[in-house]
Amino acid sequence: MALYSDVIRERFRRPRFRGAIERPDVAHEDVNPLCGDRVRIQGRLAEGRLAEARWTGDCCAICAASADLLLEAALGQPVGFAQGQTPSSLLERLDSDIRPSRMKCVTLPLTVLQDALSGQEVTR
Amino acid sequence: MNMGEKTRRDFPILSRIVNGHPLVYLDSAASSQKPAAVIEAVSRYYETSHANVHRSIHTLGEEATERYEAARDAVRAFVGARSREEIIFTRGTTEGVNLVAQAVGRTLTPGDEIIVTELEHHSNLIPWQMACRDRGAVLRAVPVVGEGYLDLEAFDRLLSPRTRVVAFAHVSNVLGTINPVSQIVERAHRVGALALVDGAQAVPHLPLDLAALGADFYAFSGHKMLGPTGIGVLYGRREVLEKLEPAWGGGEMIKEVWIDRAQWNDLPWRFEPGTPPIAEAVGLHAACEYLGKLGMSEVLAHEQARVAQCLDALGRIAGVTIYGPRNPEMKGAVVAFNVEGLHPHDGAALLDQQGIAVRAGFHCAQPLMRRLGVAGTLRASFSVHTTSGEIERLAAAVATLRSKL
Repeated sequence: MALYSDVIRERFRRPRFRGAIERPDVAHEDVNPLCGDRVRIQGRLAEGRLAEARWTGDCCAICAASADLLLEAALGQPVGFAQGQTPSSLLERLDSDIRPSRMKCVTLPLTVLQDALSGQEVTR
Repeated sequence: MNMGEKTRRDFPILSRIVNGHPLVYLDSAASSQKPAAVIEAVSRYYETSHANVHRSIHTLGEEATERYEAARDAVRAFVGARSREEIIFTRGTTEGVNLVAQAVGRTLTPGDEIIVTELEHHSNLIPWQMACRDRGAVLRAVPVVGEGYLDLEAFDRLLSPRTRVVAFAHVSNVLGTINPVSQIVERAHRVGALALVDGAQAVPHLPLDLAALGADFYAFSGHKMLGPTGIGVLYGRREVLEKLEPAWGGGEMIKEVWIDRAQWNDLPWRFEPGTPPIAEAVGLHAACEYLGKLGMSEVLAHEQARVAQCLDALGRIAGVTIYGPRNPEMKGAVVAFNVEGLHPHDGAALLDQQGIAVRAGFHCAQPLMRRLGVAGTLRASFSVHTTSGEIERLAAAVATLRSKL
C-alpha cells in the first residue's frame, strides 16, 4: 500500500468540500497539538440531516483528504452519523499506509465534525 | 577526506538502510546519533562498574562514584567552566531551565519582570510563564526582526530595574541564529538581572568558554551532543548558585536531616537530589572526549560549510522558502525551509521514503512560527558526520517533492 494513495493525492489536489458556508447551523474548529494543523468544519442542517458541509484548514494532505472524504460520506446523513464513524472507517476510505504518527491527521476532521454536531440530535 | 566522511564510520546507525535507501540523518538538532565510543562506554560501565554513587562503601560503588564525578570534570573542561561545583547534572535542558525557573521563581515578587525572546523553544518559555503566573510577575519577549535576529534595541527598552531574569537561546533551534550572548548578558547584568542561556543547540556545534561568556546559568542536553538521552547539564555561576535555595529535595542533596529541617549539601550535589543518571554521565563523558578530539573549532567550520552548501542548494530550487539568517557564519547547524503548496509533514514523510530523516512541524516554537506566519517548517540539521553528498541528496529530493503529491 502506498504512503499517499491516489485517493489522498486526488482529494489533496482537488478537494470537493473545501470552503466556507455563510450562516452555518453548526461549526467547530480544532488543532492537532502534535503538528499545529487546524481544521474548521461548518454545516447546515435540514430535517435532522447534514444538508451542506464544508471544511477549511491549514493541514497536511492526509488530514485534507480525510476531511474531504468524511464530509462526502456524512452529507445527507442523520446528524448522528458522525458519532458512528471510527478511525478504521476513515482509514478504509484513505486506502493508504498510515503510520501511527499520522493517525491524528486522519482523526482530527472526525473529532471536529463530531464536536460540531454534538447535541444536535435532540433539536431534531 | 573531510570530517563528515572520516567520522561516519564511528556511528554504527549510519549504516542502516531506511525504506530501501542508505540513511541520510539530518535530524541531529532533535537528537544526535551516538558514536561507538559513547555506546561502548555506557555498556562497559554497566558490565563492569555499576552501583549507586556517593553512598556505597564497596568497590563498585566507589568506581561508579569515580566515573560519575570524572564525567563532571570532563564536562567542566569541555564548556570552560571555572570549577566543578558549577556543573549540575540534570535530565536535560528542559529540567535545567525548570530548576532555575522554580528556584529563582520563588524569589519573585508581584510586578517583577522576566524577559524571554520570541525565538525560544517552549522549554525556555513555559517554565517562565509558570513562574510568572505563580508569583504575579510579568513576562516580556524580545521580538525577532529581519532574517531572524533579536531586536536588541527593543531589548534595551524592555530592560528595567524590575527585570529579574533574561532567558534566551544561544542558538535558535529553528532559524539557527547565533545570538550575541555576551552582549545580552552584559545588558542584563547592568540592570541587576540574572541571565540564563538555553545552550541545547550551541554546545554540540561550537567552541564554548562559559567563564568568558559570563552567563549566570547555561543549560544543555547530552543527547544532542552525541551523548545518551536522560542527561543534561545546568551550569551555574558559583556565586549565584551559592545564594540559591535548591529547587527540589531528596536524598543526596543534604548534609544533615532532622524531622523538621535539613542542612543542604555542598555544591553541586545540593541541586542533584536522588540517584543521578550515572551511566548517562559516563556516556556524556565519552561524548565530550569524542568532540574534544575532533576539536570544536573544526566541528564548527565543518558544519558551517554544510549549512552554506545547504542554503545554496535549497535556495536554487523554485518554490522553496528558507527561514533564518542567510549568512552561514551567523548560523548554527540547522536550515529551516518550506516547499510551496506542501505541508511540512507531507514533505518529511516523502523525504523519509527516500531514507532522508528531517524534522517537520513547529519545532516546539509556536510563537516563532506565528511571527514567521507559518504553521510549521521542514528542518534539516547537521552533525559532525554530515557529508556534502548527503546535502546533495537532500536537495535532489526536495526538488522533486511537489511532483509526488
